[in-house]
Amino acid sequence: MTQYGFYPGCSLESLAVSYGMSTMETTRELGLDLVELDDWNCCGATSYFHVDQLFAYTLVARNIAIAEREGLDFVTPCSGCYMNAYFTNKYLKEDPDLAEHINYALAADDLTLHGTTKVRHLLEVFIEDVGYEAIKAKTTRPLDGIKVAAYYGCQLVRPRKDGEEIENPQYFEKLMEAIGADAVDFASKTRCCGGALMVTNRKAALDMVLRLLQDAENRETDVIATICPMCNINLEVYQRQVNREFGTNFAIPALYFTQLIGLAMGIAPGRLGIGKELVHLTPSLLA
Amino acid sequence: MAVELSFSEEINNLLYASGGNPVTTCIQCGTCAGTCPAVEYMDHTPRQLIGMIGANMKEEVLASNTYWSCSSCYHCTVRCPAGINITGLMYGLQRFAMWRDKQAEDLIGPEFTESFVKMVMRTGRAFEPALAPTYVTKYGTREMLEEVRTASALFFKGRMPMLPKKIKRLENLREMVRRVIPLGGAS
Repeated sequence: MTQYGFYPGCSLESLAVSYGMSTMETTRELGLDLVELDDWNCCGATSYFHVDQLFAYTLVARNIAIAEREGLDFVTPCSGCYMNAYFTNKYLKEDPDLAEHINYALAADDLTLHGTTKVRHLLEVFIEDVGYEAIKAKTTRPLDGIKVAAYYGCQLVRPRKDGEEIENPQYFEKLMEAIGADAVDFASKTRCCGGALMVTNRKAALDMVLRLLQDAENRETDVIATICPMCNINLEVYQRQVNREFGTNFAIPALYFTQLIGLAMGIAPGRLGIGKELVHLTPSLLA
Repeated sequence: MAVELSFSEEINNLLYASGGNPVTTCIQCGTCAGTCPAVEYMDHTPRQLIGMIGANMKEEVLASNTYWSCSSCYHCTVRCPAGINITGLMYGLQRFAMWRDKQAEDLIGPEFTESFVKMVMRTGRAFEPALAPTYVTKYGTREMLEEVRTASALFFKGRMPMLPKKIKRLENLREMVRRVIPLGGAS
């Protein structure tokens, strides 16, 4: 089994607990060994960068350095954590002065960052290291006839990491098709869910979620597949508030991609954290 | 002799470490404004704000809610034909305003950021329930009740833990931070 340095991120222990459960279940089934990084800290989401760049880079670098010490790739299921770690790793590699400054700080915790670790999103590991075919081969309960809106959100795709297609990526849809689902043409797939504006500018964020839900409904979506706790929380937990605010009547469930893959692999729903949603699942999803 | 920098020079210096081209290279095309998903909720569009920086309208820029309405989705940044890191500019302006304690009133963003950072200095981890008091008090009664309702629903679904987790090497983490920035009351 290939080992990975797993950085869950804070949400996986609270609002996104089902993402954590389904990640562990599906990776075990697929032969990926996620080793949780020892004593990891919060990556700061967007808040640290509001305060100070050095401060932000230092706190993010600590987690990458822990993975580096173990000689493992840094893998996270959260797009916000992923973007922070990816660019911190990249900037420190490119800027020796910055790296020296940060390494002076990291020395307080007996850590050093050389930039030898790869920072990766969990979705990337599923697609690149396991592959569509292997996931298809593990599918015992294909999601036949289920219309899935594969939602990328922002930080996985933007800013561009390495020359990849960012205006119309297709890899997430392909993954959903590999487990038998019908990936709808979801034009809003890389449009923002509002992120932390849900706290700091509620009206704006609800409006942004409204547009995503409208698009999903226009495509007769059965379930929105997500790859980030923030996207999932905004689309799912705040759907009720969208309905109140705009007089709409949406009831579109949102599940993590690991939950959908787990269902397709025949893993019991309870072990995937299914049942913890605030927007109820349609029976066809579990049939 | 000390040279006093213009506001637009200050902002360009501020963005030195953010990558991308200086804001002075903006061609005022408006792609950012057309792309931004939150633009309707901003006092000024990103294009206007960049124009205002170029015109050294410091007071007006600092009073704008624009950069606190940015969701950091980077859509403008990847589409900007002048290669300006507009999201980086928004972060830069947030820092500029936070450190000078100058910003538009009634914003939740600055206070939320401060609580978030203090929380992490206390435990090393983010813990949503500890943050709620910083913003729910600014909501109206209806929104506040709605928030409480959502929180209790999440609690009953096992998605809202009662106690925050603390990292083991918290003292080391704090020392790390002391090595890069003055912590003041947050230490």
